[in-house]
Amino acid sequence: MTRIEELVKEQAEKHGRQRTSLMPILQAVVSSEHYLSEDALVAIANELDLSTADVFGTASFYTFLDTVPRGKFIIRVCKTITCHMKGKDEIIKTISDMLKINLGETTNDGKFSLLQANCLGWCHKGPVMLINDEVYPEVTPEKVTDIIGKYLKKG
Amino acid sequence: MENKIKKVDLIFGKVDYLDILSKSLKRTRDELILDVIDSGLRGRGGAGFPTGLKWKFAKNEEADQKYVICNADEGEPGTFKDREILTEAPEKVLAGMALCGYCIGATEGYIYLRGEYNFLLPSLNKAIEKFHNELKKLKLDFTIRICSGSGAYVCGEETALMESMEGKRGEPRNKPPFPTSFGYLGKPTSVNNVETLVFALMIAQEGPAKFKEMGTFDSRGSKVFSVSGDTPSPGIYELELGMTLEQFVEEFGDGDTKAVQVGGASGFCVSRKEFKNTVIGFEGIPTGGSMMLFNSSRSMFNILNDYLEFFEEESCGQCTPCRVGCQQLLKGIEAVKKGIKPPKYLEELQKLSDTMRIASKCGLGQSVPNPFNSIINNFREEIIY
Amino acid sequence: MSKYKVNLKINNIPISVDEGTTILDAARQLNFKIPTLCHHDDLCVAGNCRVCVVEQKGNRALPASCATPVSEGMEIQTNSLKVRQARKHIVELLLTEHNADCTKCFKNGFCELQEMSNAYRIGDHVFIDLVMEKDKVTDISSPSIEKDDSKCIRCQRCVRTCTSMQYVSALAVTHKGNDMRISTFLDKPMNDVVCTNCGQCINRCPTAALTERSYIDEVFDAIYDPKKFVVVETAPATRVAIGEEFGMEPGTRVTGKMVSALRRLGFDKVLDTDFTADLTIMEEGTELLTRLKEALVDGKDVALPMLTSCSPGWIKFQEHLYHDLLDNLSTCKSPQQMFGPLAKTYYAEKVNKNPADMVVVSIMPCTAKKFEAERPEMRGSGYKDVDYVLTTRELGRMIHQAGIDFEKLEDEKYDSILGESTGAGIIFGNTGGVMEAALRTAYEIVTGREVPFTNLSIRPVRGMEGVKEASVKIKDVKPEWSFLEGVDLNVAIAHGLVNAKTLMDRIKAGDANYHFIEIMACPGGCIGGGGQPIPTNMEVRKKRAAGVYEEDEAMVIRKSHENPEVTELYESFLHEPLGHKSHDLLHTHYTPRKRH
Repeated sequence: MTRIEELVKEQAEKHGRQRTSLMPILQAVVSSEHYLSEDALVAIANELDLSTADVFGTASFYTFLDTVPRGKFIIRVCKTITCHMKGKDEIIKTISDMLKINLGETTNDGKFSLLQANCLGWCHKGPVMLINDEVYPEVTPEKVTDIIGKYLKKG
Repeated sequence: MENKIKKVDLIFGKVDYLDILSKSLKRTRDELILDVIDSGLRGRGGAGFPTGLKWKFAKNEEADQKYVICNADEGEPGTFKDREILTEAPEKVLAGMALCGYCIGATEGYIYLRGEYNFLLPSLNKAIEKFHNELKKLKLDFTIRICSGSGAYVCGEETALMESMEGKRGEPRNKPPFPTSFGYLGKPTSVNNVETLVFALMIAQEGPAKFKEMGTFDSRGSKVFSVSGDTPSPGIYELELGMTLEQFVEEFGDGDTKAVQVGGASGFCVSRKEFKNTVIGFEGIPTGGSMMLFNSSRSMFNILNDYLEFFEEESCGQCTPCRVGCQQLLKGIEAVKKGIKPPKYLEELQKLSDTMRIASKCGLGQSVPNPFNSIINNFREEIIY
Repeated sequence: MSKYKVNLKINNIPISVDEGTTILDAARQLNFKIPTLCHHDDLCVAGNCRVCVVEQKGNRALPASCATPVSEGMEIQTNSLKVRQARKHIVELLLTEHNADCTKCFKNGFCELQEMSNAYRIGDHVFIDLVMEKDKVTDISSPSIEKDDSKCIRCQRCVRTCTSMQYVSALAVTHKGNDMRISTFLDKPMNDVVCTNCGQCINRCPTAALTERSYIDEVFDAIYDPKKFVVVETAPATRVAIGEEFGMEPGTRVTGKMVSALRRLGFDKVLDTDFTADLTIMEEGTELLTRLKEALVDGKDVALPMLTSCSPGWIKFQEHLYHDLLDNLSTCKSPQQMFGPLAKTYYAEKVNKNPADMVVVSIMPCTAKKFEAERPEMRGSGYKDVDYVLTTRELGRMIHQAGIDFEKLEDEKYDSILGESTGAGIIFGNTGGVMEAALRTAYEIVTGREVPFTNLSIRPVRGMEGVKEASVKIKDVKPEWSFLEGVDLNVAIAHGLVNAKTLMDRIKAGDANYHFIEIMACPGGCIGGGGQPIPTNMEVRKKRAAGVYEEDEAMVIRKSHENPEVTELYESFLHEPLGHKSHDLLHTHYTPRKRH
């Protein structure tokens, strides 16, 4: 059994093997692996007795269930209206310059991915970004430099 | 009507929710539901279906299992009040769910929490654990679990939400059947917005009369507003319903407000000249709470462009009018802006948006014409040039 | 069936229909045809395309008539101005995401979207074309199915077919919004996924997003190559369906016209797969009796129940999903693949042709047969046994291209040899047909008497029920079959892969006590095959099935073991069923494949 298969099995045992468990299992794999690899999708389909196309079709519906490799820290900058008005472009540019990646890309060391997201629900405190599940409201280019700096120092 | 907006504190104020529950459990389900009907409470997520009726329908169904779902998939751009309620008053939400469960005869409740709010999970789980223990003392059989979303706006639509909970793509279902008869896992289900559940709890405490006193005939009570955009005081406010936009802008505007988007991206854009005659409520412009203010420095083309980009990506994609219509509206205004299509092409797009409104499968596609038409009608010159 | 009646008005005409009826069906009862795209009689309701919207009094929105049940007092308009405008818009929108290169399209003239666009006279595109050049790439990885996403209108008929009807789920709806599409696992090529090539998706695709891989040009090239000796074989189910390509009623028996047309197309010899269907019965029947003997007399651990192997869609399904039961699968090749090697050995010798110069073309109701012919195992003759497989639809196309007036053709007979067949061979086209043919022969071999059913019609194995069962008591057997005395031969039949799954799960669970099981990948069996004329639905399948049974009853010989050409083949070439030559030419082995 591969590591991924073990992880999926463990999750299937935790949540059960019925269809209603698909979302929690997909979410658990993403939170551990940062994305759903082919192996992971196959393992999930196996455990839940679903077709892989079905599992892929479901996962690909959800923005946070990535099926392409992502970094350890996924930065999602809100791009919707108020965050746009309040300067999300500058934030993205700052991060982009700092990490030397464009939107949609992942750093070579696999540490960061830079993405945009639709409304994150902090319109009164835009611009806002998520790094994994952590929220950073009212960011400025200076603040973002600090925040990313701290993550850069992290393991 | 006074010229000042009345601020209310029903949602965030501390209450003895267990006392409310224990007193409610001594009353019959029908009595409690009748109070909710009588109060005139309508769903606070945006669609505004009478809450008491929803509960009554679910209650009247015969089934071995029923479900209460708290819709915390707050994805409407400009709305963030449910997050605040779940942060500040989670126990009131849980109590509201238990009350609903008692009323309709459900022993299981779910909170569908949008993935963007995952950071709330630890505190919510703690609150649920505490609440479960408290329920034991009340001898009410009701358990609450959290289902997390993973980034899909359309899952706020109640049938899409249930599809998602069932482990599927969040695609809205055909209606009928409605969730109160065929909901989660095919069982009768009451899906209520976070805020609605708290109001229901408060109505159980205060009685329907006090709630009914506030607001207007069509829009009883108060409502939590999410205020953002060009305002000196962005944030969350519980306000009495029935105010005009003029009153609202006076309170929250920056002195240069040229438009207010009422009801989020899927709501209506009201221009300055209409502020005076626009009532915020079901008789005027309903809202799930989102109020976005724009001052004269903003390009309405950019704003509309943002909305349409949002819908183009967030449409589930299953029905033609919404999937293709959103793309056409977006590409269409870009083409007009660039001069590739003539200004009168906007009229073709407006006709198309009429089709989207009446022929789309769910509320998402049906409401895209709201921002589109209101912005095109009010700010046509900004789209063309 | 609901007992309650609901009263409503459609276009001001009152009607009373059963509760639960959709507006669409209620309108049909009044002879109002509401246009549909995502709707298909074989499939569950979708309500996606919205072409079928109608106006309902008191409802601001237009409900989709295919997805909305009638309600008391409802007043519906099916063609109001509001409806017309919406419908026109929806068709226009679909056209903007559809690569409308109609004149170059394989489905030109047969496309439901084109038909609708024509009906609503959609001329100049008002809206912006959304098809990108980069999307105009067709997946031709599969020898059976071509997938062209630029033609797809996302009606999801194929997905519902692949999922609910076939339990394959090679196709799924993926992504969302403007990116939503019909795709495979991780967007892999069709040939790399769990697809069984059954072609049911093709049969339901309203446009040319899914079509069969066509080999018409290759076949004409061979026909006009003077060095090539081109023989054609025709599957049982084609003769009751090809007429539909020329406007005839489904089930019309046009065997003689089809033979005549094939000759006019230039095939050197017109032969019949029914002949090898009879041969299949000899081989498979013997295999069954051998397995039974090994189990009952020798006490060997043989795999029972034995499963039929005529349907290549089913075989690939089993290889993917039930490969632990591959030993149960009969080793017999399908009739198509028995024909190929015999044509290039036995027949080549008889007609004095060099097999290297022979081209074997088969006309099949099936798309999976195209894949089957490409299997590396299928070279028993030392050459590729079957060179080209064409669907019934492709044959229709060829006849049209050649300007042959099909309806006016005189009936002609198949060439001999490999052209003689029996009623038993013909009924292979229907679900239950292989079983019935096998029973007609096996029972007689064992007892010396005909099967105890009126007019040889074994009713319990016929019909459109998804899973059928029957039990035949074997009595007064010939001495050499004494071990079968008193045995109840239990058989089961499934058609449509979702029903096959039900049956297989019961076998795996050990709660099925069958000896012999017939499985066909397609609903109704081959008459409902993925290569058959479009549309195919329950009504059409029933008519074609009736045509097959009529054809059977019209035959003089109706039992495979009485086919004189088969007898001759054994006497002069194969010597005995399951013999050495049979093993080399007529039997095969299977490959376990991953489901994922």
